[in-house]
Amino acid sequence: MTPAAGPKIQVQGVSKTFGAGPALAEVDLDVAARELVCILGPSGCGKSTLLNIVAGFLAPTTGTVRVDGRPVTGPAPERGVVFQEYALFPWLTVTGNVEFGPRLQARPAAERKRAVDRYLDLVGLRAHADKFPAQLSGGMKQRVAIARALANNPAVILMDEPFGALDAQTREVLQDELSRIQRVEHKTILFVTHSIREAVYLADRVVVMTSVPGRIRQVFPIKLPEIRDRFAPEFTQYEADITRVVKEEVAKVRE
Amino acid sequence: MASVVSSVSTLVESGLRGPALARRRALALQLTAVAAFLALWSALAGVVVLLELFNPIFLPGPWLVVGALAELAVKGELWVHVAATLERVVIGFGTGAALGVTLGLGAGQLAPVRNVVEPLVELLRPIPPLAMLPLFIVWVGIGEPSKIGFITYATFFPIFLTTVTGVRQIDPVLLRAARSLGARGLGLFTRVILPAALPDILTGLRLGVALAFFVIVISEFIGAEHGLGYLINDGRNFFLVPQMLGAAVVLGLLGYAGNGLVRLLERRLLRWQHPA
Repeated sequence: MTPAAGPKIQVQGVSKTFGAGPALAEVDLDVAARELVCILGPSGCGKSTLLNIVAGFLAPTTGTVRVDGRPVTGPAPERGVVFQEYALFPWLTVTGNVEFGPRLQARPAAERKRAVDRYLDLVGLRAHADKFPAQLSGGMKQRVAIARALANNPAVILMDEPFGALDAQTREVLQDELSRIQRVEHKTILFVTHSIREAVYLADRVVVMTSVPGRIRQVFPIKLPEIRDRFAPEFTQYEADITRVVKEEVAKVRE
Repeated sequence: MASVVSSVSTLVESGLRGPALARRRALALQLTAVAAFLALWSALAGVVVLLELFNPIFLPGPWLVVGALAELAVKGELWVHVAATLERVVIGFGTGAALGVTLGLGAGQLAPVRNVVEPLVELLRPIPPLAMLPLFIVWVGIGEPSKIGFITYATFFPIFLTTVTGVRQIDPVLLRAARSLGARGLGLFTRVILPAALPDILTGLRLGVALAFFVIVISEFIGAEHGLGYLINDGRNFFLVPQMLGAAVVLGLLGYAGNGLVRLLERRLLRWQHPA
């Protein structure tokens, strides 16, 4: 299978069992190149587990994950990860963090500088290039983390509730920014969230998972323009449709 | 006495970060405390002399201590002793730090190393290092190797333990982030594990410096011909109390300076913790 023809990310029959019991059951999911797919589900449904398996941090109990047709066996620079906890290296400046990947690949200084400038411009942090993470707000830290992931030029980007630790306003600002970045960069992104609004705002497709053990309940292709209006009737219609399905799954956990 | 006060004040000053008002006020208070201590000491020594309470040789005033030091300094003897002590501390501490950091990094990173080294360390650690000194002398003899080896032995433990802690406390999310950016093996070690563990390693070095000065004195009591510990013991034999106190003061200043050096290193290397 040539990478261009097949899906960028291919999850086949992936399940994961921890000591207590199954967390994920038989998940199949394809993500096409340049597609942003949001995974949505009640907490504890295994959506982060799925992302960690794709990232290579966890091995699946059964099934395989392929990126560009090659099976995933561990973390690798082809799969950039953005974490909820930002995970910036506190001893490196903003620049140092963004050029961490290119430095490991021993890219020449001029090329590194170009990458740093470009991605800091993209996230609007050029003026803060020499600051340390301790000097940044949560929103700024997550922008640096996004710039760091992009500067390493990965084939796919995995985002694990990246805006979950931010306040509501900052969260929407960063959603706007990610949407703008995606219109420029056209990356293949797998995005885990528990916010339905966030998913409808960002995704080309929203994958709703069932409660434990997590499997795919329903897939909603979001047929909305690239630049989205959170108050458009079509937008709220998607929100309502997805909310109904998610609520059923949350109710199952309560029973 | 003035020279003691001024050298103390410059040392105190270099230990401060900036001329902020609160800091200046703190500095004033610290200097007042030192001055008050010296004044009290002087007054006590004066009272002893005036009222002939007991033989003033037991409690010489600070001026006599400074005088004894000045005399030793002029004769050139003081520097020989300072150099002897410093040499032992630098070599002993340097070796202990190198061993402690290297083994600590290994044990922190690799479970097999940890499982071999840690039980041995835990077995030896509760034994006060001073209890091992006679053994060192029996094994290695009374010369330089036993003194230096003893410092190495004593400083190894805190440095090893803090290094292991530093490595083991690294946020696993940082390691995941580094791996998904392509870091592995040596790159992961030098670019992530080492800088992440550095704050704890430096804490260990600071503890190690203090311990080095702590144990060197005692090993210089036994079978040494030079060194500040020797100077104290020699003073005891000949009832030269000002010399004993003088050597102790110099040891205190050296320890203070050693601590200051590590703190300086911390401020340089850990600027990211409190960026301006």
